[in-house]
Amino acid sequence: MEGAWEIAFVLFQVWLSIVVGLIVLPAMFGVSLGFTDIYIKVLVKTLEVKAFLLLCLVSFQIHNVLSGIIEKDDGSMEEEIGELRRSHPKNLAGGDFTMCDAFYFCKKGIENIVEDQVTQRFTSEELASWNLLTRTNNNFRYISVRLTIIWGLGVFIRYCILLPLRITLAVIGLSWLVIGTTLVGLLPSCNAKNWLSDLVHITCYRICARGLSATIRYHNKENRPKKGGICVANHTSPIDIVILANDGCYAMVGQVHGGLMGVIQRSIVRSCPHVWFERSEMKDRHAVAKRLKDHIADKTKLPILIFPEGTCINNTSVMMFKKGSFEIGGTIYPVAIKYDPQFGDAFWNSAKYNMVSYLLRMMTSWAIVCNVWYLPPMTRQDGEDAVQFANRVKSAIAHQGGLVDLSWDGGLKREKVKESFKEEQQKMYSSMIVGSDFHEASVGPA
Amino acid sequence: MGSRASSLLREEDIEEIKKQTGFSHSQITRLYSRFHSLDKGENGALSREDFQRIPELAINPLGDRIINAFFPEGEDQVNFRGFMRTLAHFRPVEDNEKNKDPTSGEPLNSRTNKLFFAFQLYDLDRDDKISRDELLQVLRMMVGVNISDEQLGSIADRTIQEADTNGDMCISFSEFTKVMPGKAIDITADLQNGA
Repeated sequence: MEGAWEIAFVLFQVWLSIVVGLIVLPAMFGVSLGFTDIYIKVLVKTLEVKAFLLLCLVSFQIHNVLSGIIEKDDGSMEEEIGELRRSHPKNLAGGDFTMCDAFYFCKKGIENIVEDQVTQRFTSEELASWNLLTRTNNNFRYISVRLTIIWGLGVFIRYCILLPLRITLAVIGLSWLVIGTTLVGLLPSCNAKNWLSDLVHITCYRICARGLSATIRYHNKENRPKKGGICVANHTSPIDIVILANDGCYAMVGQVHGGLMGVIQRSIVRSCPHVWFERSEMKDRHAVAKRLKDHIADKTKLPILIFPEGTCINNTSVMMFKKGSFEIGGTIYPVAIKYDPQFGDAFWNSAKYNMVSYLLRMMTSWAIVCNVWYLPPMTRQDGEDAVQFANRVKSAIAHQGGLVDLSWDGGLKREKVKESFKEEQQKMYSSMIVGSDFHEASVGPA
Repeated sequence: MGSRASSLLREEDIEEIKKQTGFSHSQITRLYSRFHSLDKGENGALSREDFQRIPELAINPLGDRIINAFFPEGEDQVNFRGFMRTLAHFRPVEDNEKNKDPTSGEPLNSRTNKLFFAFQLYDLDRDDKISRDELLQVLRMMVGVNISDEQLGSIADRTIQEADTNGDMCISFSEFTKVMPGKAIDITADLQNGA
């Protein structure tokens, strides 16, 4: 028995030193030994081969799921009702109620039942071609022996080789963060402290990124957020923080949590100022705004990182930006993050998975591959209110990332839509039919 | 990992729905995925709340009436068959169907059936007539609070006057079809065929 434990211990030590030597240390210094690149290349080749095999064997089962299921007419209410009325037997000039107006609402309603723009954003994106993970294939059917073998091999590699490696890295990374920042926190305030704090943060996030086999490409680094500014990005998952923090240091903003998150939060705030709110404080918008304003006024503090959508969206679109962060003033540095869904689905569906199962899913995917674009800084212009400014920033991010720009609120994930939107529709329609009535009244019967 | 949507839909079911509604195989599986994603309770049937969860439908002034059309008389749940039957009204008419055998019964998406669907949006009590009250109800839903009762009343009166040919102050289905736009109204959401 003793012998077995000793052997296990030795093996563990060897394992740990390999991991530290080949992965952790290079990661901390931003050096890549090229393992991840080779891995990604092999993956791409395999998936291409697999796609070719699939194509040969089964052509009718591959749906072109990227094109939506319906072709929508994207006209406005006026245009479409106008068209319906033009083919009316009496050829009305316009305005006035006709019974066929109901058809417009009927058509829109049925279209939205078959496919709508909002609910699809809260579940994972569908892929055009299978990437050998059963989780992404809704129509999984036994197709061929060869494919199943490849898939089985994939499972073995992901769960038995990659997963333990990634968990080790994550544990090392997070413990280093907690220990390192606590140690730095003991120093008195000085330049050295800031420099060390930045070093600890970046090295830890780099280790975590390796722990997810993350390959990140940063574009336009000259637009990187500067101190005293606010960095704004689209939100897909908690991993966004790791992705962004690999290339710069940010002050985090968020609610105080308990448990492991709480421990991490308390320790990193010792080495440099982050903004953590109590749950009760979050309700008071003025208090929140004041704290953020104070933070950015101090030019020695790191730029704040905020996700104005307020919730995780599935990376196919950008939803409404809450105006709070845009009212504070200061320079906004927009950042667009786009994940490549081929290698792993980064979206956190918080209704379906809790944090732990989500992280396990991340660690058993092939890899995380994403692009990060730093956009030129923006400030609020004269005559623009916070909402318009927020929309402008949102469009810029959506355009850069190739995402759909939606005005719907991400909060619709959990809440019902406000009645006021229905009232807007009713008002629009009323003005269409009432307008002509007034006209008739003034002209008088012919 | 949870149940896979398509695994709950058997081939026999798909064939039957195909015959009844005329949808293609891939359209049916695609719509089944949609049905499944709307079915939050995962009990194989949709309730009115499931439909209301679609924001764009919830803000549609006639949203409630459209949702009602899916539910048979007095029932609170609609299963996948019922869902497809209602959607079948909006399947675009294909060329090869125009030469169909006339004795096989009218397909669900014929012009007449489409018009009847719209007629039933107005005719809430299903007595095959649209009364002044029923018309007013629908008008009120479409305009909200923006038009006064009197104005709305006169709009309703005028509409009935124009359409009513037999003088019973109600609009029957045949009178309804006569005032509809001439060309075949394609309120169709053009459901694309899968690859």
